[in-house]
Parts: sequence; C-alpha cells; structure tokens
Amino acid sequence: MIPEPWAAIVNAVIYLLLAPVVGGLIAGIDRRITARMQGRVGPPLLQPFYDVGKLFEKENLVVTTTQNFYVLSYLVFMAVSGALFFSGGDMLLVIFAFTLSHIFLVLGAYAAFSPYSHVGAERELIQIIAYEPMIIITAAGMYMVTKSFYVSDIVQSAVPIVLYLPGVFIGYLIVLTIKLRKSPFDLSTSHHAHQELVKGVTTDFAGPNLAKIEIAHWYEYVFLLGVVYLFFGFNPLLAIAAIIIAYFLEILIDNTTSRVKWQMTLRSAWLVAGTLGIINLGVLYYLRMVIVP
Amino acid sequence: MSYLTKSPWILHYDASSCNGCDIEVLAALTPVYDVERFGIINTGNPKHADIFLVTGSVNEQNREILKNTYDQIPNPKVVIAVGICASSGGIFRECYNVMGGIDKVIPVDVWVPGCAARPESIIDGVVKALGILEEKRKAMKIPAGDTA
Ligand code: SF4
Repeated sequence: MIPEPWAAIVNAVIYLLLAPVVGGLIAGIDRRITARMQGRVGPPLLQPFYDVGKLFEKENLVVTTTQNFYVLSYLVFMAVSGALFFSGGDMLLVIFAFTLSHIFLVLGAYAAFSPYSHVGAERELIQIIAYEPMIIITAAGMYMVTKSFYVSDIVQSAVPIVLYLPGVFIGYLIVLTIKLRKSPFDLSTSHHAHQELVKGVTTDFAGPNLAKIEIAHWYEYVFLLGVVYLFFGFNPLLAIAAIIIAYFLEILIDNTTSRVKWQMTLRSAWLVAGTLGIINLGVLYYLRMVIVP
Repeated sequence: MSYLTKSPWILHYDASSCNGCDIEVLAALTPVYDVERFGIINTGNPKHADIFLVTGSVNEQNREILKNTYDQIPNPKVVIAVGICASSGGIFRECYNVMGGIDKVIPVDVWVPGCAARPESIIDGVVKALGILEEKRKAMKIPAGDTA
C-alpha cells in the first residue's frame, strides 16, 4: 500500500518542525539524569537550547569553507531521512538517506587538517560499519513480519512485532548505544568532558556549524526512538513506555561503563547482528516457511 | 540576556603552573561546586570554547602555544588569568625562562587572585567574565568601520 499523499506530507512537516524541540528536550533530560547519577544538580532542562543559541552567536571559524557545505548536507539529509520515516516512507530509502548524512559528517571532518579530526572521522566510519548490518536486519525483520517495507504499513500492523523479533529488538537497542554516542561506544565523539581525541569528529567545527551538528543530533534522536516505536506499533502506550525505558537504560549504560577500543565496538556490534539478528530472522523464516506455510 | 552568558564553555590551559591552581579549577567541576548548573562546560577544544582560563606564568617555551590556542578560539571570547602566577609570574617571576604574567602574550580580561585561587573566586571570576563576554558580543554586532 502506498501512503496517502496528504497525510504523509503533514506528518513530514510536523516532524521537521517538532523533532528539534523534542530532541532538544530529550538531550536536556538526559543531561539532568546523568548529573543526578553522578551526584550533581545538573544544568537547566533547556540547556541544550541555550547551547545551540549560543553557538549561533559565535563566529563561524572554519579551516576550509567546504566544511560549511558538508555540515549543511549532514543536517539536511538527517532531516530528510527522519521526514521520510515519519511520512510513512520506505524503510530502505530511510536507511540510505540516514547513512548518507553520516558520510557527509565524515567528509566534513576529513576536510579539516587536524589529526584529531581525522582520527574522529575514521572512528565515525568504523561506527557506521559496526551498526549498519543491525539496522538493515531490523528493516528486513520488520518486512518478514508485516510483508512491507513501508513505515506506514508497519506501524498500522496489528501484529505485536516485538514478539516475533525479540532478538532483533535487543540487537537494535545495542547498536542504539553506538548511534546515541553513548559510552562504551562513544568512540568518534563524546558528550562527556575530556577525551583522548579532543572532540573527535566535531573538533574542527565551531560556532554555527557545531550548532547545526547538534540540531542534526536532535533529529536523529527522534528518528532512532521512532524505530523503537515500530516494534510496539500495536499498542501506542506500551510503545511510549518502551521508548522511555530504552532511553533510561542507555543513560544508565553510559554512566556505568568506560569506553572500549574500536575493535571491540566493531566485534560486539557484528556479533550481536550475527547471532541475535540472523538467528531471529532464521527462526522466523523457518516458522513461516516450514511450520505454517 | 543573550544565550552566550547561559552557556559559557571553558578551555583550561596550564601555562606553567605548579598544579595548585589547576586542581582548584577542576574542583569547580566536582559535585560540591558543579559548575554545569550554570551551563558551564569544561571543553578540551579551543574551537568550542568561549572562555580561556589560564593558570601559571607564561615561559619562553609555551608562549607560541598560548598565542596559537588563543587565536583558535572563535569570537567573542574572554581570557581569565587564574592565580598570582598567571597574573604576574608570582613566585616564578625571577626565573630565567619565565616571561611573567600571561598578559605579556595575550590580552587578559579578568584576573583572579590567590595562590592557589579558591574555587569560589574562580567561579566569581567566570561570572565577571560573562559580563565582559556579553559586551564583546554586542561590540561584534557593530558593522566594521563603525567605531561608535
Ligand atoms: S598561583 Fe600559586 S598555586 Fe597557582 S600556579 Fe602559581 S604557585 Fe601554583
């Protein structure tokens, strides 16, 4: 079924307008809970918005002007992939746009000359390689259950997807840690103060460019949590509860683990995709094809 | 009030401090003082910083580094000299390699006294710096050539 054009456009516009607000609030809540876990009071809830407002007040210092172009492309493609998702578009197209946006971030970091920026860019690439298989398996799993790659069909399906895809769901939560740039997988850049790479992939972005990267992260948060929703699409209340619990777990993991090496990140992400993901899909295939043809 | 004063990010550089002042700077980040309450973040990257916080006197070896780091901070920016060493050279002033206070190399906006400077006075210095930061932001808005 092709999504109804008008509802799709309205949903996309709502996403484009509201996702930065929701994403910024999530980031604010995240920082407060993190501070409480560390025994601190923490910043105001609206701190992420103050930060971005501040960054727009600063001078746009760049090493080369191509950085501006790459950062803008990162933001635009991130917004487009989220808009495609929320308008009920094709999951595979969403994933392509999503990956492409990250490639622009990597290119932007490579365009600068600092070694920190380059190592950050390399690690960002490794992260993409690490989480990509699991994201594709997620889309494939949803297709096997609902017989459609369209988000609009998946979300309307009355089938409790999470019961068919428990392994895929856990696998997705694990790569979500990579995607949210949470410890132990915050290799390329981290929200925590100091790290061995200065600021990794964002080292050479200042002022308005950094603000755009931050806004792209907000779009990304909403999109990634939207995928969690799909697993529970049959019951919206349960889905929202699942999102809250999943995000809380991510914060807990972030504050209780230390950063691992990139080899470990790659290995654990692929191990998860290879075992939980593939076995889940295999069992599903077997049930569908052999037991109940 | 602009956003700038609500989200000052700090770059901390140890010129040639005895580490006394550095420990006090880091103390401000601990749960006791928790400067993140005011949106203050200790960043390790000059390109993300608004406030340049320097401890210790400047010497012949690191004057270039100090200047370079200062130049990499996007405008508007302020410099805080923390401790007597950063202000005037302190007890190291007479050393053969020491140039003196950091104002010999970069323009300083706020001087925080003390040996070592207490976390309370460092936070006080940062609050003073916010006022200056706001003035600099307004000055930046005036188009080039207009000297008013
Ligand atoms: S002012 Fe005192 S405590 Fe601070 S760096 Fe100098 S000697 Fe050390």
